[in-house]
Amino acid sequence: MTELSERQQLSYIASQAADARLNVELETEGMTLNIGPQHPATHGTLRIIARLDGEQVVWAEPSAGYMHRGYEKLTEVRTFPQVTTLINRIDWLGSFANEVPFILAAEKLMEIEAPPRAQVIRTILFELSRIANVSLFLGDLGVQMGATTPAFLAFRDREYVLNLIESATGGRFHPNFDRIGGLKDDLPKGWINETTAVVKRLIGFCDENEDLLFGNEIFQSRMRGIGVIPAHVAEEYGLSGANLRASGVDYDLRRDNPVGLAWDKADWKVWTHPDGDSWARCWIRLQETRESCKIVLQLLEQIPAGPIMTKVPRIIKVPEGEAYVSTENPLGEMGYYVVSKGDLGPFRVKIRSASFNNISITPWVLKGVYVPDIITILASLYFILGDIDR
Amino acid sequence: MAPLSDTETTDDAAAETQALPGDGLREGIVDDLRARIGDALIEFEIDPNTDLTVRVATDAWAETAAALKLAGFSFFSFLSAIDWMPSPYGKGEDDPTVEKEPIDMTIKQGVCGGETRMQVFARLTDLDRHVGITIKADVADDHQVVDSWTGSYAGANWHERECHEMFGIGFNGHPDLRNMYLPGDFEGHPLKKDFPLLARMVKPWPGIVDVEPMPEKAEEIKDEPLPLTDEDGAIDVDATVEATGDDASPPDPDATTAVAAATGDEATHVGEADESDGEKADDES
Repeated sequence: MTELSERQQLSYIASQAADARLNVELETEGMTLNIGPQHPATHGTLRIIARLDGEQVVWAEPSAGYMHRGYEKLTEVRTFPQVTTLINRIDWLGSFANEVPFILAAEKLMEIEAPPRAQVIRTILFELSRIANVSLFLGDLGVQMGATTPAFLAFRDREYVLNLIESATGGRFHPNFDRIGGLKDDLPKGWINETTAVVKRLIGFCDENEDLLFGNEIFQSRMRGIGVIPAHVAEEYGLSGANLRASGVDYDLRRDNPVGLAWDKADWKVWTHPDGDSWARCWIRLQETRESCKIVLQLLEQIPAGPIMTKVPRIIKVPEGEAYVSTENPLGEMGYYVVSKGDLGPFRVKIRSASFNNISITPWVLKGVYVPDIITILASLYFILGDIDR
Repeated sequence: MAPLSDTETTDDAAAETQALPGDGLREGIVDDLRARIGDALIEFEIDPNTDLTVRVATDAWAETAAALKLAGFSFFSFLSAIDWMPSPYGKGEDDPTVEKEPIDMTIKQGVCGGETRMQVFARLTDLDRHVGITIKADVADDHQVVDSWTGSYAGANWHERECHEMFGIGFNGHPDLRNMYLPGDFEGHPLKKDFPLLARMVKPWPGIVDVEPMPEKAEEIKDEPLPLTDEDGAIDVDATVEATGDDASPPDPDATTAVAAATGDEATHVGEADESDGEKADDES
């Protein structure tokens, strides 16, 4: 278990003191504050009910479910290839990454493997969707604190990535491009050169953002030491992705459980941060965007020749069995527990989405914080509503 | 962790004599768990170098969580349930032109077996050894309650709420089993197999007509009429296409006959009430 850093200890003591003050000091009348479901800071329709004492949160509870679409039930009446259309819409900012673990689970049950070329292209598109997803986060982060410039930079540069995804797959937001056994199409002509240029530009965007936002004093004072989550609490709640690594846990499914994609062919680094506060979570995401750019640049140079689709039957029946495959998606661990009975469609699919676990920690982490910090903590936890409700 | 060796396929006998490194790891975990919970560990299945599934007694469900947490599985991934009963409403790929075969309603459990219709299952990960484990337990048919995991893993709170709402399984010792998604007075548990998916009940899945024949069969049936345009209650392909075009009416094959009957009525009653017929025609156009 990771030991608490000095900053975490101080923050702990401060929160303990805040709790004590709540009990001893002024006997004020509490009030209940409703944040959402339309609050712009919530990226959708999450609602937070917070019980306040003065400026401090005594108790807070998120109320999800405003966007529940019942995908787990719907998968039971669709065929395997049709399911990818549904799961594209879970985390709509990184859609391609949603398809991959499901396809891998189906491939695992069918005991087939995509050809090497398809695997490398999958990895590239996976990382591009991570860049598109997280660069929006980095831009939006400033807006939560009143800084508007990063948002413009983010939307400008993210547009290039979306154009790339569109030219390769045909869909800007919902590519529906991954197939059991490979990919729908090969890359278009000139795409590799174009991608190299865009990804180099995205590295510049990360540098700009680091200068503008992360070096900003106001930003740091709003973020540092706020919303500290120690490692053991993060693990117990199943926090994943950057939220887990910001608490000092060195765990990345891309490195530690490479389920047949090409991450091991590139040289990159898993970043961790010992602090576990809001700032650490945002900083980790910035570094990860850089690493994603590096992965894409390296993989673009080593796309092997060959087919993009292995031989699969025309009508896909997945043999009886159960498989759980999870990958490190932009938001964290995204996994599908697929149960097949040998039919055209799955018998049951349990969708393990990252935001559901990431947001379930809010009652714990919001206790004792001040009202303006609610927004920054929620922003730093980074959730997509479709990923909570599914 | 040793690199995944998917290409190496060894049969059971060979795997026993020549254990791969990953197997040793997972076998060690099972032995460790058996030492902690004893006979409550009913069954286990190791997918060499990939996965590990265990089934424990219902009474030991919470005890298993505590034991695995001590054994190093600190990361809580998810908790949910499976309803093993086949759906009495059939599946989406049912062809409406073919007469429905009676559905085989025998309940057959998956990996690691089981005896009841409902099973709870959860997933934990050991972040140091990079190994995941799926834990399953039966839920008694007459008393669908298991112990809560919230004592060991605080993150189980929301998952158990969701599971309670979707499957109707109770969790002993859970602090607050409110609904997450549905209104509090909603009746039924949507992810149970006997809960009908109403969207499918009222309108056949239009995706059915997308399924093309296999290439070798395509030649045989090229000259025959399309199987989907017969008369008795089947989907009319043209009607379906039109309906998806304007989205006005469901692709009901009776609709066209109803219109024909209505116009026939008009013809017979044309002398009796001109105005009302005119209105009728307007409505239908």
